[in-house]
Amino acid sequence: MSTVAKRVVIDGKGVHYTPLNQQIRKAVKDGAEEIVISNVLGQRFIGDGLRGNATIHVYGVPGGDLAIFMSGPTIIVHGNAEHAPGNTMDAGKVVIHGNAGDAVAHSMRGGKVFVRGDIGYRGGIHMKQYEAQCPILVVGGSAQTFLGEYMAGGLLIVLGLNGPVRARDIGSGIHGGEIVIRGDVDAACLATGARKVPLADEDRRRIAPVIREFAGDFGLDPEPLVNAEYTRIIPASARPFVGKYTWE
Amino acid sequence: MTIGSLPPRYRISIDPVRCMECERCIENCSYGVFRRDGDRILVNSRNCTACHRCIACCPRDAISLEEHPCDYRSHPLWTREAREAIYNQARTGKIILAGMGNALDYPVIFDRLVLDACQVTNPSLDPLREPIELRTHIGKKPTRLDLRRREGGDVELQTPLTPNLQVETPIMVGHMSYGAISLNAQVAMARAVTKAGTFMGTGEGGLHSALYPYQDHMIVQVASGRFGVNIDYLERGAAIEIKVGQGAKPGIGGHLPGEKVCADISRTRMIPPGSDAISPAPHHDIYSIEDLAQLVRALKEATEWKKPVFVKIAAVHNAAAIAAGIARSPADAVVIDGFRGGTGAAPRVFRDHVGIPIEAAVASVDKKLREQGIRNEISVIASGGIRGSADVAKAIALGADAVYIGTAALVAMGCRVCGNCYRGLCPWGIATQRPDLVQRLNPDAASEQVANLIHAWTLELAELLGAAGINSIESLRGNRDRLRGYMLDESLMQVLDVRQVGA
Amino acid sequence: MDRKRRTMDGSGIRQALSMMNERGSGEGAGYVAYGIYPDYRDCYALHVFFDNIRENKKVVDATLEQWGTIEHDEAIPTYDQPNLRAVHTPWRYFFKPDPSLALPGSATPEDEIVSALVMRVNAARCGALIVSSGKNLGVFKAGGWPEDVADFYRIEDYEGYTWLAHNRYPTNTPGWWGGAHPFNLLGWSVVHNGEITSYGTNRRYIESFGYTCTMFTDTEVVAYLIDLLMRRHGLDVDLAVRALAPPFWEEIDRMPEAEQEWNRALRLTYASAMMNGPFAIVAADADTMVGFTDRSKLRPMVVGECADRLYISSEEAAIRAMEPRVESITMPAAGEPVIGRVAP
Repeated sequence: MSTVAKRVVIDGKGVHYTPLNQQIRKAVKDGAEEIVISNVLGQRFIGDGLRGNATIHVYGVPGGDLAIFMSGPTIIVHGNAEHAPGNTMDAGKVVIHGNAGDAVAHSMRGGKVFVRGDIGYRGGIHMKQYEAQCPILVVGGSAQTFLGEYMAGGLLIVLGLNGPVRARDIGSGIHGGEIVIRGDVDAACLATGARKVPLADEDRRRIAPVIREFAGDFGLDPEPLVNAEYTRIIPASARPFVGKYTWE
Repeated sequence: MTIGSLPPRYRISIDPVRCMECERCIENCSYGVFRRDGDRILVNSRNCTACHRCIACCPRDAISLEEHPCDYRSHPLWTREAREAIYNQARTGKIILAGMGNALDYPVIFDRLVLDACQVTNPSLDPLREPIELRTHIGKKPTRLDLRRREGGDVELQTPLTPNLQVETPIMVGHMSYGAISLNAQVAMARAVTKAGTFMGTGEGGLHSALYPYQDHMIVQVASGRFGVNIDYLERGAAIEIKVGQGAKPGIGGHLPGEKVCADISRTRMIPPGSDAISPAPHHDIYSIEDLAQLVRALKEATEWKKPVFVKIAAVHNAAAIAAGIARSPADAVVIDGFRGGTGAAPRVFRDHVGIPIEAAVASVDKKLREQGIRNEISVIASGGIRGSADVAKAIALGADAVYIGTAALVAMGCRVCGNCYRGLCPWGIATQRPDLVQRLNPDAASEQVANLIHAWTLELAELLGAAGINSIESLRGNRDRLRGYMLDESLMQVLDVRQVGA
Repeated sequence: MDRKRRTMDGSGIRQALSMMNERGSGEGAGYVAYGIYPDYRDCYALHVFFDNIRENKKVVDATLEQWGTIEHDEAIPTYDQPNLRAVHTPWRYFFKPDPSLALPGSATPEDEIVSALVMRVNAARCGALIVSSGKNLGVFKAGGWPEDVADFYRIEDYEGYTWLAHNRYPTNTPGWWGGAHPFNLLGWSVVHNGEITSYGTNRRYIESFGYTCTMFTDTEVVAYLIDLLMRRHGLDVDLAVRALAPPFWEEIDRMPEAEQEWNRALRLTYASAMMNGPFAIVAADADTMVGFTDRSKLRPMVVGECADRLYISSEEAAIRAMEPRVESITMPAAGEPVIGRVAP
């Protein structure tokens, strides 16, 4: 480990995630602003429960649950990520310069997860918002089925830059937040509890800064994306199951 | 009219000679049974839930309550409950929700097990004079120890121990969330467990700041909705519990209806006010046993391996194998919640028909873990229908390390088990968020009652152990030789690994 | 025990044990002696009770030959006693297991084989019961009064440097020879006064390590627990006793930190091995004799010393009957082991 002007470099080759996280925690505690971890291969839980506002560059393929319970830092992955990056994340940002697996941003409560490529099934499942905390998931490529399932808040954008969005059963049980997908979405792809509405101008104004930030992070031209056609999917009700039950 | 009105369940009557028209019943009944009409108090029995609040408050014992004043033609198959469920569903076409635990008349195995006592061949111990140890440690233990002797004879421990929870009595209070019950109820129980040297669960409702003073005695829950879960919450708890399932409704999630999500609850759960708090049926990051192990590790990693992590499952047919899988993860304890476990609300069909009794589940879990040589890898906590110290002793003899109580703690605070928790009108201030009802529950008095209950059961446990010639709870654990089955069938006794009375 | 390995014949302990006949019921007694088979010191001496020598012996012969070599075998000499009904034929084998047949990685491959054979033969209930299985030692027990059992085997013909003896007042299995003490597995033998109220817990614990309880009585688990803790888990005798009869929590809570830490670890790890209920136990192997009582000292134990000899008994009278010149008599505290070691 070497420190140059609040920059810490960690060689992750063959290091188990517990000592790796211990090194990260120590670097953050010692005031590092930038942490570079090289040779990452499969280590889960990188940044688990981590606080602060350091920026962590991960080179390689981190294992599952990247940034789980994280509260503050930024993690930039120069490669693909496995399942559930941003799981139950509180604050901070995850930027993935590749694809990610299933359950991306599961139960995320705040912060941002940006994925340049595709994500797997159940992206954004049960994201939820509260007061000032509003989680944001932006996917550059496509998302798979059960996108935004149980979604209870936050903003989920799918840009479909690599071709059509494959997701079906979108927004199953959604009762808060919004899903915004570039292009039209066939009504048959919506699940129970979701309904689609046109993207109003005020909505576009609201999401524009997010799209610009995403484009900036990945070196894309933002304006065509900001001005593209979008479908907005919102809850049919904040109480999706209310009609299912009767009392004894 | 096709179905028409059904017979009232209860009849309330006021003895006009005794009644002094003080109106305490009117003030106290949150279900609207009583109203004043001129110089009389009128009664609408149809609104009654048998919560007994009026009876408890009446200074003159003027109120009486009768169950089923007008009954159906009796029939062993077509019970009142069966018929009324049909009327209900014929009207609504919906799933029936119900409160409290399993309401079907299954035999209670605990009541068909009897405990042993010493006579002659070994002495019974008197807890008044002799130490009887109830201290229990919840967590992983090594299978063997590496102890080295230094020169001079001092012993040095080479085997690192993982953190354990030290519980002074094997009675803990299970998870009932803020939302399901009131903050006053949670505070009362938190004070009681702190006093008793034991622990209670937060439920999946987050940890309200009023509970921070007791956080060293709180087990914070991580359930499928992840409500209130962040790193701060995880670090505050003495232990963390992953809730996979619940005995009252195995295999399904739950939701707190939006009308109960008031400002304070929304803050604690970290969701917007008025929105349903929906816990999905599975954790969507757990679709297999290895995923569970991964969440256990994620929680341990987040808290730097300082906190024990429990996993709670509903007692289902395959509970033993599931527990053996959990034991192979870094989890420290498995909580088995039997089919009599309580709930604020559950679909009646699940509450009454899904899952197995805790007695059989604990026995088979303990047996499986021992067969596989991994009993030290995990502690076993039994819950779901523990009514008294005898149930605690029997659960431990069947193989549990400790128990969770739930309903019993609520009853200690005044709950009458009326089963209307889901309506949010609990006149005892327990299962409600209505401020005027919540303030009826005085946390000082209620905490003393819960602490008294735990203390009394602890005394009884010590007496039972002493009578059995055992001076430490670990010698009762899994000691099924000190149980006998009474009127249990042979195959069930095989599952429980107990012999029958007289054998 | 004689710490210098000077041997004593069995007449002394026979006399000592008979001093305490009031404690027995004439339905079981037994002796174990260490150092009695110097000619076969490298063989495992297996003492076996056969129900029927013609039918049952060939099964045991075949099993042993599968796993090693029978160097010698013979009937244990017995002498009819009017008050003792010989329901078994006692036999002894001097057996050498083939260590290459043990599971790889075992630190004590020969012990593993012999202990597995003992468990298997005894659990099979094939009319043969292996009652002792250590080297250079043997258990002599039967249903009857101590003197009758001693005379049945003529234990005065054996010369041992450590002897344990026991007189039984059975409640669980009266008259069954297998239920008489001492209980032995490999090098360790145990005699026990009392009743173990934690037996159900201890039995389930020990069975999860591959032992099988076959004697229908509580003391059996003590022999297996000692084997587990000492041979397999490598605890020394002090620590093993501390695991079986640990200090109370309030004592542990008052200990200095380091001591508290390992005592706590020992109690947590061996919670299910801890023995409860009243007991006074004496156990021995080739080099050690240890006596200890339960944590509340519910059974008596007296210790006598005379030059190189250590005596542990329920009553002082028994010690004085065996050694009238005894130099000191003490009563050990609850849970505190009295340990004698033979000189190397």
